[in-house]
Amino acid sequence: MYSAKVMDHFEHPRNVGEIENASGVGTVGNAKCGDIMRIYLDIDENQIIRDVKFKTFGCGAAVATSSMATELVKGKSIQEAMQVTNKAVMEALDGLPPVKVHCSLLAEEAIHAALWDYAGKHDIQIEGLEKPKSDIHEGEEEEEEEY
Amino acid sequence: MEKLIYLDNAATTKTAPEVVEAMLPYFTENYGNPSSVYGFAAKNKSAVDEQREVIAEALGADAREIYFTAGGSEADNWALKAAAEAYESKGRHMITTKIEHHAILHTAEYLESRGFEVTYLDVDENGVVRPDDLRAAIRPDTILISVMYANNEIGTLEPVMEIGKIAHENGILFHTDAVQAFGQVPIDVDACHIDLLSASGHKLNGPKGIGFLYIRKGVKIRSFVHGGAQERKRRAGTENVPGIIGLGTAVKRAVRTMEERTKKERELRDYLIDRVLAEIPYCRLNGHRTERLPNNANFSFSFIEGESLLIRLDMKGICGSSGSACTSGSLDPSHVLLAIGLPHETAHGSLRLTLGEDTTREDLDYVIDSLKEIVAGLREMSPLYEDYIKKNK
Repeated sequence: MYSAKVMDHFEHPRNVGEIENASGVGTVGNAKCGDIMRIYLDIDENQIIRDVKFKTFGCGAAVATSSMATELVKGKSIQEAMQVTNKAVMEALDGLPPVKVHCSLLAEEAIHAALWDYAGKHDIQIEGLEKPKSDIHEGEEEEEEEY
Repeated sequence: MEKLIYLDNAATTKTAPEVVEAMLPYFTENYGNPSSVYGFAAKNKSAVDEQREVIAEALGADAREIYFTAGGSEADNWALKAAAEAYESKGRHMITTKIEHHAILHTAEYLESRGFEVTYLDVDENGVVRPDDLRAAIRPDTILISVMYANNEIGTLEPVMEIGKIAHENGILFHTDAVQAFGQVPIDVDACHIDLLSASGHKLNGPKGIGFLYIRKGVKIRSFVHGGAQERKRRAGTENVPGIIGLGTAVKRAVRTMEERTKKERELRDYLIDRVLAEIPYCRLNGHRTERLPNNANFSFSFIEGESLLIRLDMKGICGSSGSACTSGSLDPSHVLLAIGLPHETAHGSLRLTLGEDTTREDLDYVIDSLKEIVAGLREMSPLYEDYIKKNK
C-alpha cells in the first residue's frame, strides 16, 4: 500500500520530539478523525529554521508525512519553508495512496500553524501565510452513491 | 520463511489440509455437473447432499433447510431482502442492531431506501443487546428481527435464545448472522427459535466463496438468484461442488474439534487479555469479559492510532486488525466501537487479535512483548500522550 520511502519514514521517523521554548508551535488535525500533528520550530534571528521536531497521532502516512515535512523545512528560511506544500511532501515520499492525501495536507498545515504561532509571537508578517484551518477534514468525506 | 503469527482469524482462517484434500478430486476427477443425468456427474448430487446433512446436523436442522450461497454476505443479503419482499404485505418494519456486520447494515439501509423502516437497537457498554429494548421496538408491522449471534469485532455473544423467544412469541421472523459464531459455539436453531441463519466457510478453516443460509421449513422465502432448479429452486446456479465439499468437511471437523479447540483458545485468550490489561497502561478490553467468542480479544490503547499499530506489528510478523478510520476506509472509526460508547480517539486506537487453532502461548508471549514496546514507542511520538502527561504531572 505504501511506497518504500513512506515505510522508511514510518519505521524511522526523523525529528520526533519536542523543543522547549520553541519559537513556534503548531497543532492541527482532529482526534475524532484519527490524526493530529504538532510541529515545533526553533527559528534563529535570521529567520532560519535551526531545528524542527514533531509529534503525531495518526496512521502510517500521517507519521511519514510529518517526518518528511520536518526534513524539508530544516535549515531553511521561513520563506523557503512556505514553499513546502503538500505536493512537495508527497513527491518526496514517492506518492501516497489517494485516501491518504489528506495526511500531506495536514503536514503542510502543521508547518503553517507553527509559522503562524512564530509570526504572532514576534509580531511579523510572513508573506502568503494565512491563519491555519483548525480542521482540515471539513467538507471532506464525500462518499460515492452506492445504489 | 519469516516469523508469522496470524491473529486475524476473524478475518479469515487457514484452510485445513484435510479440507483441501477432500476438495481436490472435485476439480479434476469428479468435475461433473450435479444436475446431469449420467452417473459420473449425478453422484456429485449425493456428495453435495451429504454436506447438507452434515451442516443440518450441526445446527439441529433438517438437510432440506440448508441452502448453499457464495458466502456469508450473500446469505445476509438474501435473508433480509427476501424476507422483506415475502412479508411486506404484513408490514414494512424490521429490527436490527447498531453493531451488525455491514452485510446486514448496508442491506438494511438499502431496504430503507425502498420504503422499509428499520429500527437499529442500541447495545450496552459490552456490546450486548437489551431484550427489553427489543420488546419496546416491536410494532404490529414488524416482519423481521435480525441480531448477530456474535459480533465480529468485539466478540460479544448476543442473548440469542432470549431474542429468539421474543421473536417467536410475537410471531416475527428471527434471522441471525452466525458467520463468526458457527463452529465456535454450539448452535441449536430450534432451542433459539432461529428462522434464518447465515454462515460462511472460510471462518472455520473451510474455503472462501462458500456459505449457506438456513431457512426454517415453512418460512416463505423465495429465490434470490433466478435460473436453474438448484437449491430447491431458491438459489440458481451450478453448485460450487468443491466449495460445498470443503464447507461440509470443515463443518464436520469444527464440530469434532469444538470442545477441545475452544477450551484451549479460551485459556489462551484469557491469558492474553489478563497480561495485556495488567502490563500495558491506559488500555481497555472491548466487548464482554466472559460472554465472548473463545478466540477474540479486542483492546483499545489510548493516545495511539490503530493503523500505525498494525504496521508496526506487521514489521514483527504479527497479523491483527483494527477499527480505526484508516483501516475502515472512511474518517470514522468502527461503528461497533462507537456503539459501545467509546470516544472517537479511543476507537481509533483499537486492536483486534483473534486466535486460531494453531496459536500457542509462546506466540502470545512474543505478541505481548512486542505490543508493550510498540505501544510505548507510538505514545512517545503522540501529541495526545504528551498533553495527557503534562496535564497530570
